Amino acid sequence: MNTVAQAAERPGRFQEFWYYFQENRGAVFGLWIFGLFVVVALLADWIAPYDPTVQYREHLLQPPFWQAGGSLAFPLGTDAVGRDMLSRILYGARYSFYVGIVVVMVSAAGGIVVGLLSGFAPKWLDTILMRVMDIILAFPSLLLALVLVAILGPSLTNAMIAIAIVLQPHYVRLTRSSVLAECSKDYVTAAKVTGAKLPRLMFITVLPNCLSPIIVQAALSFSTAILDAAALGFLGMGAQPPTPEWGTMLAEAREFILRAWWVVTFPGLAILITVLAINLMGDGLRDALDPKLRRS
Amino acid sequence: MLRYLLSKLLTFLPTFFGVTLISFSFIRVLPGDPIIVMAGERGLSDERYQELLKQFGFDRPLMEQYFDYLSGVLQGDLGQSFVTKRPVWDEFFALFPATLELSLCAMIFALLLGLPAGIIAAVNRGKLFDRVLMSSALIGYSMPIFWWALLLIILMSGWLGLTPVSGRISLLYFFDDPTGFMIWDALQSEESGALGSALHHLILPTIVLGTIPLAVIARQTRSAMLEVLSEDYIRTAKAKGLAPFRINGIHALRNAMIPVITVIGLSVGTLLAGAILTETIFSWPGIGKWMVDSIFRRDYPVVQGGLLLIAVMVIIVNLSVDVLYGLINPKIRKR
Repeated sequence: MNTVAQAAERPGRFQEFWYYFQENRGAVFGLWIFGLFVVVALLADWIAPYDPTVQYREHLLQPPFWQAGGSLAFPLGTDAVGRDMLSRILYGARYSFYVGIVVVMVSAAGGIVVGLLSGFAPKWLDTILMRVMDIILAFPSLLLALVLVAILGPSLTNAMIAIAIVLQPHYVRLTRSSVLAECSKDYVTAAKVTGAKLPRLMFITVLPNCLSPIIVQAALSFSTAILDAAALGFLGMGAQPPTPEWGTMLAEAREFILRAWWVVTFPGLAILITVLAINLMGDGLRDALDPKLRRS
Repeated sequence: MLRYLLSKLLTFLPTFFGVTLISFSFIRVLPGDPIIVMAGERGLSDERYQELLKQFGFDRPLMEQYFDYLSGVLQGDLGQSFVTKRPVWDEFFALFPATLELSLCAMIFALLLGLPAGIIAAVNRGKLFDRVLMSSALIGYSMPIFWWALLLIILMSGWLGLTPVSGRISLLYFFDDPTGFMIWDALQSEESGALGSALHHLILPTIVLGTIPLAVIARQTRSAMLEVLSEDYIRTAKAKGLAPFRINGIHALRNAMIPVITVIGLSVGTLLAGAILTETIFSWPGIGKWMVDSIFRRDYPVVQGGLLLIAVMVIIVNLSVDVLYGLINPKIRKR
């Protein structure tokens, strides 16, 4: 009973977090845009006016509605085979969201486990693991992802696997350094003295206290994942046509850039706005979660 | 200092061997037999297949193959391209100047704009200029550069007709390129207008490749300057009545440069990754485009060798940044 009363006096962790987060107006703005992006991704089936792959052959390369020749039937115009740009962009949000979620979950889960292991492991294992991460980091991320996709075969799933592998070392390093910093603190020693076993020490005692930087990294790698997947799609090594993935759409639009600006402009704008919103949000998360980096 | 250098070099070796191991195993885990891929659509007889298997040493134990490969690498032998039949090593260094020239221009562009922008933003912290600048930096940082390239082509080449769309120099000019650096070779050639044409072709790729480093440098310079500007010695300098230019430009900037130099060093990887996209879009004949083309042609020795050389280059640059950092800041050496 007593503990409950005490807990109520202290503002909740979430409230504290929100207090600092909402001080950064850009971050709140980013959060709204990101929310919109998620809603579009989830509800694309209902919001989009057309099926993203149906071709309206009598409306090839029709400009957006405000230009001569455009009509409100296709508000953002149509592409080279007469597919509705607006519907394709709305559906594209779904693929980008999917890429972001899967890549972040896979790379964070793998990276956290390896990082925890590395932090708790004997020195020789720690050294080996960190050298392996150094080796992965020596390759420019996009190049390594490109080669991995070439090995696995071009598809969105393989692109996600490749990007997750490339992003993982960042989580490993981050987790390891937080673990090393936490392990020297008294509460960890206390847990050891009371006889906590290694898995408990790793996942229940130490991990929750290392999460702040990892969450910030998760936000940032969400945007990196979207950018890299789009770049791979653009190079023809990501999602394959006719998938309405933003990068793939840009690749298909390349030959029409001087004739139809809208087929190039809108998919890229969608990528930019989404990535920007996530980066804004990431800045806010960092301010709110990491007191050391908080802007003074 | 010597100990610091040696300890850094010691970490280089295992990474180097790891990188060779990865690029070695690359060709062996690929789906499809490299010999059949090399033969192409014509196919080949069973005897010829066995002959080639022997010639490339694919019939021997993996360990032996790896040591052969490693000793080849250490002697600068990275195999031959399936397509051009030229040594990978020669191809890489023939194309590398183009990438280096573009990357250097992009870095200079990023520094020339990013450093002053970061300094001015820090000095005018919270004012309109700072806000506009940092918002633009965030946009630049989030930019999908392949789209940015297409937009610039539409605007600058399509609508305004100001810049060429692809290549390194106009087809009107033809001269030897002993160094591979187009600006230098054009300068040395007797043809008038060649230099102008080379510079003209560099504009768009430089802007595209330099955008992300520019944003990163501006942000980093600003935050480093803000940290330094609150130090006591800046207050002392102000109290002495020094001119603002002297305080900001000399006292503060010199100390703010340390983290900025690190960022510059670490953006070599970013530049190389960006070069893949930029060179593909602008048909720039450098190693980025070469790698992408080879991946599509399934020219495995090139992909393997290029991957290795690029990784080794990144490792060496990172190592030099570490060493340089130790030189500038003795505190790091002690750790």
